[in-house]
Amino acid sequence: MISRRHFLQAGAAASAILGASGTGNWARLLAQQALTQDQLLAAPAFGNLTLIHITDLHAQLVPIYFREPEVNIGVGEMAGLPPHVTGEAFLKLYGIAPGSPMAHALTHVDFAALARTYGRMGGLDRIATIVRAIRADRPDALLLDGGDTWHGSYTCLHTRGQDVVDAMNLLRPDAMTLHWEFTLGSERVREIIGGLPFPVLGANIFDAEWNEPAEEFPPYALFERAGTLVAVIGQAFPYMPIANPGWMFPEYSFGIREERMQEVVDEVRDRGAGLVVLLSHNGFDVDRKMAGRVRGIDVILTGHTHDALPEPVQVGQTILIASGSNGKFVSRLDLDVRDGRMQGFRHRLIPVFSDVIDPDPEMAAAVAAGRAPFAAQLGEVIGRTEGLLYRRGNFAGTWDELICTALMEERDAEISLSPGVRWGPSLLPGQEITREDLFNVTAMTYGQAYRTEMTGEFLKVVLEDVADNIFNPDPYYQQGGDMVRVGGLGFTIDIARPVGQRISDMTLLRSGEPIDPARSYVVAGWASVNQGTEGPQIWDVVEAWIRRRGTVSIAPSRSVRVIGH
Amino acid sequence: MQLTRRDALMMGAGAVAATLIPAGAPRAAPTLDEAIAAFTGGATPGEGGVTITAPEIAENGNTVPIEVDAPGASSIMLLADGNPNPAVCTFHFGPLAGAQMAATRIRLARTQNVLAVARLADGSYGIARREVKVTIGGCGG
Repeated sequence: MISRRHFLQAGAAASAILGASGTGNWARLLAQQALTQDQLLAAPAFGNLTLIHITDLHAQLVPIYFREPEVNIGVGEMAGLPPHVTGEAFLKLYGIAPGSPMAHALTHVDFAALARTYGRMGGLDRIATIVRAIRADRPDALLLDGGDTWHGSYTCLHTRGQDVVDAMNLLRPDAMTLHWEFTLGSERVREIIGGLPFPVLGANIFDAEWNEPAEEFPPYALFERAGTLVAVIGQAFPYMPIANPGWMFPEYSFGIREERMQEVVDEVRDRGAGLVVLLSHNGFDVDRKMAGRVRGIDVILTGHTHDALPEPVQVGQTILIASGSNGKFVSRLDLDVRDGRMQGFRHRLIPVFSDVIDPDPEMAAAVAAGRAPFAAQLGEVIGRTEGLLYRRGNFAGTWDELICTALMEERDAEISLSPGVRWGPSLLPGQEITREDLFNVTAMTYGQAYRTEMTGEFLKVVLEDVADNIFNPDPYYQQGGDMVRVGGLGFTIDIARPVGQRISDMTLLRSGEPIDPARSYVVAGWASVNQGTEGPQIWDVVEAWIRRRGTVSIAPSRSVRVIGH
Repeated sequence: MQLTRRDALMMGAGAVAATLIPAGAPRAAPTLDEAIAAFTGGATPGEGGVTITAPEIAENGNTVPIEVDAPGASSIMLLADGNPNPAVCTFHFGPLAGAQMAATRIRLARTQNVLAVARLADGSYGIARREVKVTIGGCGG
């Protein structure tokens, strides 16, 4: 448990005060303990306009543990650049003291031990307190939601997003954009947005038939703030119908559409916008590339790839903000906008330590009311874990190791596949596994667990294709997930090779024999993007497996060898 | 091989037909370079003068939206270098055309380059290419 005072210092560490150089000096600020509660939550000494950014909540309305990745490899021009810096290197880069609250919030280092010290993070009621505090000194601050909001929990799945929609509306966002929301089905998405008191933006959401902008999703919204016209442009996840089931939203086409983005930026500038903000679900590297190619964007609020960065990344005249995921952080960006342009900024990545921030009573009541009808199901204990269960990492996490093992054993398969999604909170060693925990890492509208046969040759194609969607050196060809998780199969991946040449040494772990391209293997998996996929729901498969064991002990997988980075 | 302009147009038509009707006896299709040479009369096109708008990754390889734009051009040839017959179609613009741009949808069986070659106002040729990836998909964040 940490005290409020410690929390304030954590916030202070996050408070990089930036000048024209675009770099802060955390270590010094922390050492001097110069920042106080006033500086964290009271009237900003800086600028005249404030943006609040939250993104990738994944329906986590109550506090959770969430371990950041140990492995997050960047390729091409992005190699070694944030967010592709992890662990001790990350702490060193940003001058964060090991073992400090921010070290825990931002890295995997000593995760389980520090989690016991600092407690859970997130919770929409705590976020509401932060938002209210910011609005107290900047009443017209713009609150922008980067999407992946109405997805990822038991209650969200069973209310088709309604519990999150109702709670978020209490926060009064000014705009949002989308990704997983579309997996509720386009009809449901239209039903929800029809009742929202704010616009859902997507300059890249097109009508699939006519290849023209879809009228349900305006490309941008304009706000008058501090005597400046502020344009907020939305960019939905570009690869919706490829990474998720396109048959659930067949009316829409997406894509990066860089030329379109330039047109929209030019349009809002022509209309007099003095500040152009891109509320993006592109993923960080795509946004970094876009920032260098599209002229006229002042701020990109990034999302999708779940990165949390304590300082903005600057590309030319554009700053990129990365606000993490699962409710762990709120970004506050104070801007000085005068004479029709951005003259300076101050940024704070505010860590949402749930034991330290008071819950907002109204939001706490709303979240509790949304959970009440499901209390018995949510709280039911399915088993217990001996080790840390986490998901994030480019190649493996213990949660997916558990899911892959359950798939093989429950479905009598030689090999299992699990999607490389980046959502899903962590559980500490010794924690009980509840049904809510299980849904937090599996809930989706296409969770059927298939059982099929694949040839060795096809398995290689699958691994190669997914690998190229992550490690293609051109960010515009990256989809922003992690590598497909495998059970029963070992392989070597050479990151630096082109598609078709990255994967080698494929081995069937059961026998130790090389995978035969011509032979068929029984494969179990889930989350297929194909329509008509049959099988039990993945959470039922995993629950049955955990119940049979009672207590599970999952060691990190060592069956993937990574070279070329 | 020297092809006439009319032959090139016929090849374009043939490519469209081939996607609709399963071919009977296979006919030797001209290679990419041959098709371009036929269009340009052997001239080597310079980079630029024409732009292609295409998705980086196809949402559906069976129907990929492609737009070509070449201000002042009299014709634009569209090609896909990974298709069995690379020539896809050729657009012609008369003197009264308000803009020298066209949009269509093409089928791409696998990851490949889409190319556009334009006959520009000064009689020279410009070329542009864009890779379009056809993938089984990854898994979203």
